[in-house]
Amino acid sequence: MLSVTGLSCTRGERRLFSGVDFQLKAGTCLHLQGDNGAGKTSLLRQVSGLSPVAAGQVSWYGQPVADNESFRAQRIYLGHELAMKDDLSAMENLQFDAAIAGRTVTAETVRSALKRLGLKGREHLPMRVLSQGQKHRAALARLLVRQATLWILDEPVVALDVPAQAAVGRLLEAHLEEGGMALVTSHQALPIPHALIASYRLQG
Amino acid sequence: MAVIRRDVSLALRRKNEIMTSVFFFVVVASLFPLGIGPEMNTLRLIAPGVLWVGALLASLLSLGRLFAGDHQDGTLEQMVLSSASLPGLVGAKILAHWLLSGLPLVILSPVLALQFDLNAQAIEVLMATLLLGTPLLSLIGAVGAALTLGVRGADVLLSLLVLPLYVPALVFGAGAVQAQTAGLGASAHLSILAAMLLVAAVFSPWACASALRIALE
Repeated sequence: MLSVTGLSCTRGERRLFSGVDFQLKAGTCLHLQGDNGAGKTSLLRQVSGLSPVAAGQVSWYGQPVADNESFRAQRIYLGHELAMKDDLSAMENLQFDAAIAGRTVTAETVRSALKRLGLKGREHLPMRVLSQGQKHRAALARLLVRQATLWILDEPVVALDVPAQAAVGRLLEAHLEEGGMALVTSHQALPIPHALIASYRLQG
Repeated sequence: MAVIRRDVSLALRRKNEIMTSVFFFVVVASLFPLGIGPEMNTLRLIAPGVLWVGALLASLLSLGRLFAGDHQDGTLEQMVLSSASLPGLVGAKILAHWLLSGLPLVILSPVLALQFDLNAQAIEVLMATLLLGTPLLSLIGAVGAALTLGVRGADVLLSLLVLPLYVPALVFGAGAVQAQTAGLGASAHLSILAAMLLVAAVFSPWACASALRIALE
């Protein structure tokens, strides 16, 4: 369980948000909403551990997330940048991605993950020949390759066509059914059943 | 290991990046004999300094790209978030940088040294100093590259930051060859270079890792 209490963020002189409280239980998804510049990305970066937490607390099953090995191994953060190299193929990118996260995965695992996102037959093409949406799908395939418990996703369905959005919805739904958790920002409605989603609106 | 393999295979797909620093080294080292003319004594005297300065500038040339690419496309974020140790990942990147931009210079240096009429023993010492010195340059430079990451005008700032720190390596590297030709033996200089390399190998990945964490906040 992830719980966030009294979290606040200031950028220079400006306070982005303060007193953010929410809990995320196994099998649920929190849809984080807010206007442009409300601090959604900053919040995700704080929760994932990229930015330091100035005030408030983020804890993972009762333990603070700072220097928490089990949290580091169980959360995955996907930001606006895809972290995929244009000169490498999707296969190479995903295997490398798993390797720096400390996992070794077989080519078969990666192939089936790419297949679920509709990239069958494009595993070995260099990323630069793929379209923007296809690159995005390949980046999302790391969710399946890494097998993390907590998915922290920043705008995962942006740049995706309708079938790909549905595919992301199916991934999320399957992940939640297995007891996973997701913290997602999106300006669009998430393509999963409403019963699984809690919403939180960030206010300045 | 995975980091080294990826960086090397990326570089091999974009060969121009390795070639730039290698060609830079070759051209700089060849311009001096052409400019000075066939004064064998002068050439022998300046050879260690010229080759070392050439190697130093060539290594500086490729430093800007050490972390910039990974920073731009978000790979660095994933490295910082990884449960593997960040200094370890950074150390692997530095090693890959040396394999791609330092090792070729070590291998080419005897050929270039012939233009300066260095004898076989002096060439051996020169290669030994570069073998110890170029990884040292990569390690020191990486700290500078990490500190200037994401800063505007980073390339100029990087040179200003890193070049003064290269001075000890230059002094002992070039000094070793001069000592050898003067008949004093180079072992003292080589030991000091090796000691500096060990110290840098221990501290530089940690310093880089902290600088990268700050850059990504």
